[in-house]
Amino acid sequence: MLSLKLESISKSFGYRQVLKGINLEVQPGQCCGIVGPNGSGKSTLLKIAAGLISPTSGKIRFADSNKIVTFDTARNSLFWIAPDLEFYGELTALENLSLFAKIRGLKKSRAEIVEQIDRVGLEKRENDQVGSYSTGMRQRLKFALALVCEPQILLLDEPGSNLDWQGVDFVDRFIRDLKQKTALCLATNNPDETKYADFSIHLG
Amino acid sequence: MPTSLSIWVERVSALFLKEIKSELRTRYAFNSLLMFSVVTLTAVSFSVGQFTLSVQVKSALYWLILFFASMAGLAQVFIKEEEAKTSYLLKLASPPAIIYLGKFLYNWVLLLALQVIIIPLFVIFLNLELVNLALFLTVSFLGSLALSAATTIIGAIVSKANVKGALFAVLSFPLLIPVLVAGIEGAQLATSGAKFSEAWGQISLLLSFSVVMLTVSIILFEFVWSE
Repeated sequence: MLSLKLESISKSFGYRQVLKGINLEVQPGQCCGIVGPNGSGKSTLLKIAAGLISPTSGKIRFADSNKIVTFDTARNSLFWIAPDLEFYGELTALENLSLFAKIRGLKKSRAEIVEQIDRVGLEKRENDQVGSYSTGMRQRLKFALALVCEPQILLLDEPGSNLDWQGVDFVDRFIRDLKQKTALCLATNNPDETKYADFSIHLG
Repeated sequence: MPTSLSIWVERVSALFLKEIKSELRTRYAFNSLLMFSVVTLTAVSFSVGQFTLSVQVKSALYWLILFFASMAGLAQVFIKEEEAKTSYLLKLASPPAIIYLGKFLYNWVLLLALQVIIIPLFVIFLNLELVNLALFLTVSFLGSLALSAATTIIGAIVSKANVKGALFAVLSFPLLIPVLVAGIEGAQLATSGAKFSEAWGQISLLLSFSVVMLTVSIILFEFVWSE
């Protein structure tokens, strides 16, 4: 199982330094909370961990039972759920998830993908274009994609945003289930979500 | 047991087919390419009236239309990902080289589809005589390969810029001058009935340019694609 380690991560946007010397290590079965006020760099830190943006300085390391693995190897075992993650509106939910699985090189049947879409409460909506989905439904679809990917490292940015109470209930079960075997990083300011964290880092 | 090459082919094909599917549903790029080409061709056709254009002018016009149409349509391939914020989905899914190759293949097919439409229109409206049809098609095929390879990487660079408007033309014009010159000369030779051996210089230039551009783009795309 993969673990994630961030070493002295700093990030600047122009002259503005958002992150300075952040160190973080998350092992499988652990959940790290990332808290801080708006603009403190929580989302930026998760994007850096996901390899979506480069840090100004510092290193991101992935290890599998103390053996260092490259980002290219770790990519397939990593997933990120955030408000900035968007689907193709012109494709259906099933097409979006199938596309992602195929590009990642995952062998997933249509039935397996539909099962995960159903699991997040989008039964019988798999053939609807994502453009017709509400914000909350899109948020649920991100969790369906995470279930399809079966990640070993999961980065969650405001996971409960835009969800109704049923959605929040699903997220609760989702995090509790995955926490057993996954290295989790959770960026949030919601007190109901910080409870999942085994330890936290405070930014800003 | 699938080889790593076959896995790569599957992943690139998946992205390419997604682009085709999205294009068929949105007509995001092809309509721009087609409208630009047809409007330009029709305007030139009406303005020259009964006068006959020389082979040189017709060949230049053909490649200029392809060049500007590719600027109007092909750059969109990455800009739309940035605008719709779907680029993160692709970044999470796969290594950059797969993204570049999938987008490049789509751009190439789009340009080939445009050629299938505008070559007959050139014959009809401007009386383009395709004396050596095989040579003309070879030059067009290789020219579109070179144009797509270059415009795909330039499109990726432009998509990261704040001011996208004129940047595509500014970046692509100096880079694509060799392609334009070889394409125009090759088309001239084909329409004046030259043999393949006489156009070997143009063919080899277009082929070499494409190979170099594709190789460099695959290497550099990772740096362009990352933020």
